[in-house]
Amino acid sequence: MTVSELVARADLKAAALPDGEREITGVYIGDLLSWVMGRAASGDAWITIMSNRNVAAVATLADTACVILAEGVQPDEGVAALAEQKGINLLLSGASAYDTALRLRDLL
Amino acid sequence: MSEVLSFHFDVDGNDFTCAGQASVQVKKNLRRLGLSPETIRRVSIAMYEGEINMVIHAGGGHAEVRVAQDAIEIILEDKGPGIADIEKAMQAGYSTAPDTIRSLGFGAGMGLPNMKRYTDSLDIQSTVGVGTRIVMRVNLDN
Ligand SMILES: Nc1ncnc2c1ncn2[C@@H]1O[C@H](COP(=O)(O)OP(=O)(O)O)[C@@H](O)[C@H]1O
Ligand SMILES: [Mg+2]
Repeated sequence: MTVSELVARADLKAAALPDGEREITGVYIGDLLSWVMGRAASGDAWITIMSNRNVAAVATLADTACVILAEGVQPDEGVAALAEQKGINLLLSGASAYDTALRLRDLL
Repeated sequence: MSEVLSFHFDVDGNDFTCAGQASVQVKKNLRRLGLSPETIRRVSIAMYEGEINMVIHAGGGHAEVRVAQDAIEIILEDKGPGIADIEKAMQAGYSTAPDTIRSLGFGAGMGLPNMKRYTDSLDIQSTVGVGTRIVMRVNLDN
């Protein structure tokens, strides 16, 4: 499933969607950035509540398919524009990380 | 190791929000060179962890990436406080990062372990009060 398809089917809002055709191949949940870089796989949808600029760098380096901010968390100021500029798909979910992951589980 | 190309970066120790710029730039450069995505991922994550450490723990420093036929070498140098007990610092979960840094998602004590995990060799030279020099190597299988 592509990131654009996920947005349409999982009731997510796109704060930035510069690479909607990117294929999602797995899911990783975590807020500690070094854990994400150590464990998330390339192509994962990364679910987190971290909303600062460093998230954009980590998503770039870990090569995740998209970042999903769960629990209704909003990106910090300037982060959506940064994501757009860096080619990072940044999605927003009103649900918990767990419920967001369950939706992905049904769709993937 | 016959050197083909090298990149140099000054890592600013004052601006945490911009930390990681050198690593993101290296990722771009390596992509242009046509290296495999897995190699690029390993190099850029290892370098990012080192870069973040220089910003958080050492007030900035200097980074160099050397690309050769058989390997990529990442050299990080700072004039920070140094690491007193390297073996302890290497332990997963060990961190002296302050709470402000933790609230941003860093300081999990997994940076040095990640640097080891993603490279073929990691060498840390550090003197308390003088600084730290880290050399990492990722082999290219071609
Ligand atoms: N360049 C450095 N200069 C001084 N101390 C460092 C440096 N890099 C790492 N350290 C020390 O090693 C510890 C472990 O580093 P790391 O595994 O990256 O965890 P973290 O950065 O999350 O604390 C740090 O908390 C710090 O005490
Ligand atoms: Mg670290």
